[in-house]
Amino acid sequence: MAEPLLRVQNLVRRFGGIIATDHVSLEVTRGELHALIGPNGAGKTTLISQLTGHLVPHSGSIYLAGRDITRLPAYRRSALGLARSFQITSLLLDFTAADNVALAAQAHEGHSFYFFGNARKEGGLRRTAHAALGRVGLIERADTLVSKLSHGEQRELELAVALATRPQLLLLDEPMAGLGVTESARMVKLLRELRKEVTIVLVEHDMEAVFALADRISVLVYGRVIASGSPSEIRSNDEVRRAYLGDQHVVVRHG
Amino acid sequence: MLLVVEQILNGLQFGLLLFLLAAGLTLVFGIMDFVNLAHGSLYMMGAYFAATFVAWTGSFVLGAVLALAATLLLGIVLEYTALRHLYGRDHLDHVLATFGLILFFNEAVRLIWGPAGLALPLPSWLAFPVQILPGIHYPAYRLAIIVVALVVALLLYLGVMRTRIGMLIRAGASNREMIGALGINIKLLYTLVFGLGAALAGLAGLMQAPILTVQIGMGENILILAFVIIVIGGIGSIRGAFLAAIFVGLIDTLGRAFLPNLLRQILSSAAAATAAPALSSMLIYLLMAIVLVVRPEGLFPAARR
Amino acid sequence: MKAFVNASNAVAALVVAALLLLPAYSALTGNVFVLTLVTRIVILALAAASLNLIMGYGGMVSFGHAAYLGIGGYAVGILAQEGFGSGFLQFPAALLASAIYALVIGALSLRTRGVYFIMITLAFAQMAYYVASGLARYGGDDGLTIYKRSDFAGLFNLSNRVQFYYLCLTCLLATIWLIWRIVNSRFGLVVQGLRSNEQRMQAIGFPARRYRLACFVIAGTMCGLAGALLANNTDFVSPAVMYWTRSGDLMVMVILGGMGSLFGPVVGAVVYLVLEELLSEVTEYWALIMGPLLLLIVLFGRGGIMGLLGRLSRG
Repeated sequence: MAEPLLRVQNLVRRFGGIIATDHVSLEVTRGELHALIGPNGAGKTTLISQLTGHLVPHSGSIYLAGRDITRLPAYRRSALGLARSFQITSLLLDFTAADNVALAAQAHEGHSFYFFGNARKEGGLRRTAHAALGRVGLIERADTLVSKLSHGEQRELELAVALATRPQLLLLDEPMAGLGVTESARMVKLLRELRKEVTIVLVEHDMEAVFALADRISVLVYGRVIASGSPSEIRSNDEVRRAYLGDQHVVVRHG
Repeated sequence: MLLVVEQILNGLQFGLLLFLLAAGLTLVFGIMDFVNLAHGSLYMMGAYFAATFVAWTGSFVLGAVLALAATLLLGIVLEYTALRHLYGRDHLDHVLATFGLILFFNEAVRLIWGPAGLALPLPSWLAFPVQILPGIHYPAYRLAIIVVALVVALLLYLGVMRTRIGMLIRAGASNREMIGALGINIKLLYTLVFGLGAALAGLAGLMQAPILTVQIGMGENILILAFVIIVIGGIGSIRGAFLAAIFVGLIDTLGRAFLPNLLRQILSSAAAATAAPALSSMLIYLLMAIVLVVRPEGLFPAARR
Repeated sequence: MKAFVNASNAVAALVVAALLLLPAYSALTGNVFVLTLVTRIVILALAAASLNLIMGYGGMVSFGHAAYLGIGGYAVGILAQEGFGSGFLQFPAALLASAIYALVIGALSLRTRGVYFIMITLAFAQMAYYVASGLARYGGDDGLTIYKRSDFAGLFNLSNRVQFYYLCLTCLLATIWLIWRIVNSRFGLVVQGLRSNEQRMQAIGFPARRYRLACFVIAGTMCGLAGALLANNTDFVSPAVMYWTRSGDLMVMVILGGMGSLFGPVVGAVVYLVLEELLSEVTEYWALIMGPLLLLIVLFGRGGIMGLLGRLSRG
C-alpha cells in the first residue's frame, strides 16, 4: 500500500495536568479530503498546531510523505509542502491582500536576501499572487489593506496565502468560521475544486460542508480519535452520535 | 583567607541589595505588565530622602523610617497620577514614559539638592567591627544590611506564598482578567503593588547610602543590573530573582576583587592593568550572555511551557 | 497610488532643502555656530535613521543603539592614537567593528522577545560603556582626544567645516536612500512582515531569526558610520557617548519623527535637538520640561510628527 501523505503516530501533548492530545494516530492518503471533527475543546487546533510545528508534542511522531517531521520548525515544514490556514485569522494586517499572498509565494521562490530590487514589482510573484487571489475570488480586493477587508474576505485570503506556497498538504482550521450563507457556499465550491489538486485536512464545525466534501472523517473527543472512516460509517457510528452528532449533547468519555 | 570571607560577605550584601531592587521590578512587571525604568529613580530618592531626614532628625532609624514612608508615598502618587494610564499599552510606551521620568527626577534632584550629591554618615551604633569567625571581623552595618534584606526577603516570600493578598498577586501575575472578574478592586491592588515595589527600591537605596553613594544618576547603573538579574533568574520568578541576585552579587564582587591578581599571574602587568577593570565590569554581562545561549527563559522561570 | 505630494513629503523636502542650503546661510550671516550644531544634528539623524530601520520597520526595539556611536568613534580614536590616521583605514574599521559587535550582540539578544530584548540590548550597551571606561590606555572615563581628523588624502579635508558638513549630509542622504531600497526589497518585506505577524511568517516558510539578525547588523553598521563621523566632529570620543541615556535620546528622535517613516528620523532629530538647544538657553534645568513632555507625547501622540502630518493631509 502506498505511503500515506500524512501519518500521525501516538501523538501526545499535555498542558499542565490536562492531556490535550491523547495518543492520536491517523493517516491521510494523498489526494483525499480528510475532515477532522469534534466538540469544542476536543483538541483539534492543538493537533493542527503540532502538525504545523507551532507546538511541540511530548511524545509520538509525525511523518510527511514518509519523512519524520516531528521536531522540524514551522518554516521548514512549509518548505516541505505543508500549508495552513489559521482558525483565528492571522494575516499581515498592515499589508495589502496581494502583498500577503506575494510574500507567501516569495518564501518558496528563491531566497530573500535581496536588498535592492523592489519586491512588489517582481512579475513572477505578483502573477502567482493574482492567480491565487483569483481562485478564491478576491482579485478585486488585491490592493486593499487587510485591515479593511471584511471577515469573510479575510478567511478567503487565508486560503489564498496557503495556496500560494504550492503545498502538497493543506491544513485548514475552520475556514468557514464566521462566514455567512453565500460565503460558506462559495468556500465549499472552492474546496471541492481544490481537492482535485491538493490533499486537504479540514477542521470544521459546519457538518453539511463536512459531509458534502470529505472522503474520510476522523472524530476527536477529549483529545482522542474515537472513530475514523467514510462519512456513512461515521454517520452510523453509535459512539460518535452519542458524543457529537446525536440528540444528547452530553459527551461520553471513552473507556 | 580573611580577604576571601570579607569579599564573599560583600558579594552577599551587594546581591541582597540587588534582590530588593529586582523583586520590586519583577512584582510590577509580573502583575501590571508594566516596565518601570524609573524604578532606579525611586532607589535614588530613597537615598536622598534618607540623607535629608537623618540630618534633620539626627536619628538614623527615624530618618530611615521617614525616608521609606516618603518613597512609598512618592511611588503611590506617581502611579496614581501618571503611570496607571499606561497599563495595557505597548511596552515601548512604558519605556519612553519612564525614561522621561528619569530625566525629570535627575533634574529635580539637581535643582533641589544641587549637583554634588549628599553624604549620609554611618550610624554610630553600628560603626564597629563584629567578630563573625575567630580572627575575622566584618563591619556591623554591612551585617545589618544582610540581616534586614534577608528578613524582607523572607517576609516577601511568606507574604506572596501564604497570604490571601499574596495569592491574589500570584493569580494576578498569571491571569489579570480573572482577578477583575472576582470583584477585587484591581486599581487598589495595582497601586499597592506599585507602592510595595517603590518601598523596596527606597529601602535598598537608603541602606546602601552610608557605604556607597548618594548622587544623581545612581539609580540607572543599578537598574540595569536589576534587569540583568531578572533575565538570568527567570521571568516573573521572585525565587529566581533571589538566587540570581546572590549569584550576580558574588560574581561581581569576587571578580572585581580577585580577577586583577589572577590576570597578573597569567599576563604581563601592563596587559593585566588594561584588561582587568574592563573584564571585571564585563563579567556579569558575560554571565547573562551565557544564560541567554543555554537557557533563554532564565535559570528558574516561573512559568513552564 | 498614493499622491506623491502631501504634507509629510512636503515637510521632508523642505527639511532636505534647508539642510542643503545651510552652509550658504552660515557663510552669509557669519554664524559658524549654526553650522557646527547642524552638523551634529545631521550625524545623529543618521544614527536615528539606522535605529528606525530595526525599530520602525523591523519592530526590534533596541535600547543599546548608542553603543555603535561609541564603537565607531573609538575605532577612529584608537587608530588615530596608534598612528593610523588614514580615514581609508579608520572608517572601514569603524564599520567592521560595529558589524561584528552587532552580529554577536544580535545573535544573543534576538533569542529573547519584547521587553527582555529591550533590556538585554540596554545591558550590552552598558557593558560596552564600562569596557570603554576601563581602557586606561585610551583615556578611560576622561575620553580620548583626537588630534587630527581622519585623513582622506586629498579627496576631502575633514578639517574644513563646510566640506565636513557636506560629507555628513551625503552620508545621511545615502543612508536614507539605502534604507528606502532595503525596506522595499524582498529582504525588507520579510523584515516588515516579521514585525507585523511573526507566526504567520513562520507558517509560510520564513525563518525569523536570520532575517532579523541581518537587519540588526545592517543597522549597527550604519550607526557605526555615524560614530566615526561624530568622533571627527567633536575631535573627541568618550564612554559617555555610549551611555544608555544617549540610546534613549535616539529612540525618542525616532518615535518623535514617526516610526517606520523614511524621513521621520531626520525630522525627529531636528526637532529634538533644536528643542534641546532652545530649552537649555531658557533654563539650565531643561530636562525638567523634557521629561514630562516625553510622557505627554507617549500618552497622546501616536505615530510621531510624520504620522500627524499624514493624518492632517488625509483628514
